[in-house]
Amino acid sequence: MAILSKKDTKLITDPLADNNPITIQVLGICSALAITADLKASLVMGIAVLFVMGVGNVVISLLRNLIPSKIRIIVQLIVVASLVIVVDQFLKAYAFELSKTLSVFIGLIITNCIIMGRFEAFALANGPYRSFLDGIGNALGYAVILILVGFFRELLGAGTLFGIPVLGDPIEKTGLFSTGYENNGFMLMPPMALIIVGLIIWVQRSRNKELIED
Amino acid sequence: MSFKGNLHNLKEKYRGTKMAPAFNAIHTFLYLPNEVTHAGGTHIKAADDLKRTMNIVIVALLPCLLFGMFNAGYQYYAAIDAANGITSEFTILGSFLTLDNLWIGIIKVLPLVIVSYGVGLLVEFIFAVIKGHEVEEGYLVTGMLVPLIVPVDTPLWMLSVAVVFGVVIGKEVFGGTGMNILNPALTIRAFLFFAYPTWMSGDKVWVYDAVERTGTADAISGETILGSYAQNQEVAYSTFDKFMGFIPGSVGETSTFLILIGASILIFTKIGSWRIILSVFVGAAAMGLIFNQIVAFDIITETSKFYGLMNTVWWEHLTIGGLAFGAVFMATDPVTGSQTNKGKWIYGFLIGFLSIMIRVFNPAYPEGVFLAILLMNVFAPTIDHYVVKGNVTKRMKRLKVKTA
Repeated sequence: MAILSKKDTKLITDPLADNNPITIQVLGICSALAITADLKASLVMGIAVLFVMGVGNVVISLLRNLIPSKIRIIVQLIVVASLVIVVDQFLKAYAFELSKTLSVFIGLIITNCIIMGRFEAFALANGPYRSFLDGIGNALGYAVILILVGFFRELLGAGTLFGIPVLGDPIEKTGLFSTGYENNGFMLMPPMALIIVGLIIWVQRSRNKELIED
Repeated sequence: MSFKGNLHNLKEKYRGTKMAPAFNAIHTFLYLPNEVTHAGGTHIKAADDLKRTMNIVIVALLPCLLFGMFNAGYQYYAAIDAANGITSEFTILGSFLTLDNLWIGIIKVLPLVIVSYGVGLLVEFIFAVIKGHEVEEGYLVTGMLVPLIVPVDTPLWMLSVAVVFGVVIGKEVFGGTGMNILNPALTIRAFLFFAYPTWMSGDKVWVYDAVERTGTADAISGETILGSYAQNQEVAYSTFDKFMGFIPGSVGETSTFLILIGASILIFTKIGSWRIILSVFVGAAAMGLIFNQIVAFDIITETSKFYGLMNTVWWEHLTIGGLAFGAVFMATDPVTGSQTNKGKWIYGFLIGFLSIMIRVFNPAYPEGVFLAILLMNVFAPTIDHYVVKGNVTKRMKRLKVKTA
């Protein structure tokens, strides 16, 4: 017997591909552009969103019958904000360097449209268990794109992955590598992240014709 | 059987197959196709289809290319002489149009042209075959423009990467020739500039071999005029040199004189818009004059980092830094420029105006021209929209007056 029913599995797998929050719903773009210049930051951002969304969706789902609908946005914001502060403090304590790289963008998870979107669209109308799965699924979908973009940007822009040179030994201060590769500075700029996200969308839609809108 | 007949047979052989567009493209490149649209009725046969249009632009560019090849050699030997402290008298026949100079041009500039065309057309052919449409002519001009606007020492692999990026992201994703919002040649240049800034600026890249020789006893360099001005240095080139183009710079953009000859070909054949060309120069002159006045009124003094460029006489701005090349061959691109006559004036004026502004205020972007043109490419449809709307409003008013 499978651990998850078919319907529940779809909650996790759908946002990974055919209903991806970034490439299909085009939400959460700003953080995807801002912090994907290196892979480590992308990964940590993905994990942070995973935590906030998984826990946040459960909390909102548990509170869903108590929240007056007139002030639900405020309640949602308070839940996200408290979770984000937990993540922020945790990073400051255990990964200070990284928290400096991510700077305001951890704080800005609060405004990440994916999170508020899932609270509104799913957690307010479903039980805690399914909300949890939905949160995990969407956060994973977000993280997958972030990691993909971060992978290409760091590899081609700095010749490293997780800060480790993978394209030969770098020659100091020149951006050149012993293998002859040369850093592509454009990759480290936000416009290139947008172009890479665009290319991912292009590949995804040409593989699955159902996603093409007229 | 004639060459044309052979091409026609090839085309017939591959009709309806996936590879058909590739053969159609070769066939119609030089010859009119044999078939007519339908048996009866009237046929209009005109010589100025898109391929001829593109070919004329290439003809207009050829003087710049040839000059660029000689100039590549001339700058090389001049830099070596300067490094060795030799001063030789300059004569056009004796020291410029020499076989030695041409040889450097052949080994350095021709590969740029070949790589640009080879890679660009390969991408075009692949897209034509995948999408099943005819190969579009757009790359003919882009392929010639690209080698002319890059420094002579640009590595060939770098050029290929940039061409693939420029053609795919700058053009094909929008739907190919005629649908692009940005000039593909400038997209390629912008990619190179932002991706590999060390190869696109500084005082080494403009002269053949200067990068290789850095740090050795034979080191040579050639700073562009804008580069020198930005550092508040005097330049040794006379106005005549600047106008004729015997100065370091990107391959084919140094000679304002030959660019103007190209411009006259474009204007005579009505392919380039004289409104855009003229208004770019007017806009640049206006901004140059404003800066000159700022210096004249002592608002900026010699201690300022902007002094060198602001103090440049306004007409000198028109002959340096690729402004003329941008005005004549880039801004006039019919796809990305404004379409309405009034819009063309505004579009061109702002290109010139912004070029000089970027050039002066940000010495890190000495080639403000390409940034200004790309920016105005984005705004061209907006300008057209308001020009058309303004015209509609005007005529509506006239209509009301008559009917009232």
